[in-house]
Amino acid sequence: MAMSNNARARILPGFGPTLGLTLAWLGFVVLIPVASLLLKGLAIGPAEFWSAVSGPRAVASYRVTLSSALAAATVNGVAGLLVAWMLVRWPFPGRRIVDALIDLPFALPAAVGGIALTAVFGPNGWIGSLAYPLGLRTAYSRIGLLLAMTFVGLPYVVRSVQPVLEDLDPEIEEAAFALGATRWQSFAHAVLPILTPALLSGFALALARGIGEYGAVIFISGNLPLETEVTSLVVTIKLDQYDYAGAAAVAIVMLAVALLLLLAVNLLQGRSRAYQAA
Amino acid sequence: MTAARLLLTFVGLAWLALILLLPLLAIFAQALAKGWGAYIAAVTSSEALDAIRLTLLSALIAVPANLVFGLAAAWAITKFEFRGRTLLLALIDLPFSVSPVIGGLVFVLLYGAHGWLGPWLAAHDVQIIFAKPGIVLATIFVTLPFVVRELVPLMQVQTTAREEAAFSLGASGWQIFRHVTLPNVRWALLYGLILCTARAMGEFGAASVVAGSIRGRTVTLPLHVEIVFNEYDAVAAFACATLLTITALVTLVLKTVLDARERRTAHVELASGQLITAATPAGSRA
Repeated sequence: MAMSNNARARILPGFGPTLGLTLAWLGFVVLIPVASLLLKGLAIGPAEFWSAVSGPRAVASYRVTLSSALAAATVNGVAGLLVAWMLVRWPFPGRRIVDALIDLPFALPAAVGGIALTAVFGPNGWIGSLAYPLGLRTAYSRIGLLLAMTFVGLPYVVRSVQPVLEDLDPEIEEAAFALGATRWQSFAHAVLPILTPALLSGFALALARGIGEYGAVIFISGNLPLETEVTSLVVTIKLDQYDYAGAAAVAIVMLAVALLLLLAVNLLQGRSRAYQAA
Repeated sequence: MTAARLLLTFVGLAWLALILLLPLLAIFAQALAKGWGAYIAAVTSSEALDAIRLTLLSALIAVPANLVFGLAAAWAITKFEFRGRTLLLALIDLPFSVSPVIGGLVFVLLYGAHGWLGPWLAAHDVQIIFAKPGIVLATIFVTLPFVVRELVPLMQVQTTAREEAAFSLGASGWQIFRHVTLPNVRWALLYGLILCTARAMGEFGAASVVAGSIRGRTVTLPLHVEIVFNEYDAVAAFACATLLTITALVTLVLKTVLDARERRTAHVELASGQLITAATPAGSRA
């Protein structure tokens, strides 16, 4: 392996220029700007940094953002597994159209998704006008927040699980079934363990997306301070108040959480690939 | 068994209808709530046209810039082994995994009036934040990973045997890329470009931060949608939103078409790759 690596490094041309261009552009667009964020947030010193990131509004926003994103990712975990299963194992008319539509939240601008959800789940919307009389406030509330985060996170679990399921031989379940397991047992004991890494990686991606979401959320959540204000919004509010260091400090917290989730996803995807290769 | 399957399929489809289809239909229903006249007036107002122009301009700069970057990065990462390769990939992925608000904030803190380069820029009368260059930078930031992410996984599984053969026959780096590598990744590249364009035109969070809360000269189409929506002009907001929605739907159709093609190419590539490996037992990967 090491020999072939050396061979690859030697043989083809263009390593210097392409890597140089990559690093220069990455530095200009990502590294220097992100470094300026870190410097701004950390330059204020630990005491002020702590007071910026532990203010009541910020802390309330972490709680709301994290719990809503966890709930949305859980909903997407269950629904995404069902949808992926449906798309791979149960052919039904219009399957291709449904399959294409799964990516809509990826392709649709977040702000458009946000106003569309508000139109459906708001008090005068198709669903909202049915739900409000029942006492379900589906917009400008935690429910609205959950709906928005569920919408943007929807494709992740489906698209993580789908390829693994496509590669998985239905004979595994059938063998278990033939050996006397019930359908549910053969799914739970033979299939689910194989799908788990992909499921978790989709869950983590949906969670990360929910935590960082801004456009889809701000229209439907009502943005009530301490109640439905997400952390991204707290950053923009601090910025509007010219509290640059405070905005940077809260953004650093978000950046750290995003990086931790990214790390988790990479580890899980490694395991998922190992299963696929096995 | 079939009853359970039918029930679960129904539940799954009902869920997708509720969370995906209804919002999609609502956009068009709201946009046309007051008829075609109001719709046309909303998408051809001077504010809307200005926003469309700025949106297209920033996409026209961001997409080619990230295309060149994506090709260079994919070549360096997949054709060579070097230390820090994984870290480099993670850094390229960064804009994809952080909140778009951070994508705007980093440029405000670098180029804004209170940013590190703010005083110097002000002295030279250059405005980046709350102006068009800021929008373009924020767009480039959020769309940076798209081309690389499509190319790297595909180029990683392809052997370098044919590139090396072309090189030993005297082809230049550019010729190898143009005639050997590119034909194998063209659908993935096209798909990456489509995603990059769709995201560039739809970016909201990052653009909103660099455009600032005082709105006016630097409004992209998604920002325009927000402004008119907050002014309770629902028809205008949804009418402009339909333009972005149609772009998204076209993206989905192209993705479906390209997926089918990519799969076909990938199979052909895999088959011929195996042939080459088989034909050169003591080849470059030995």
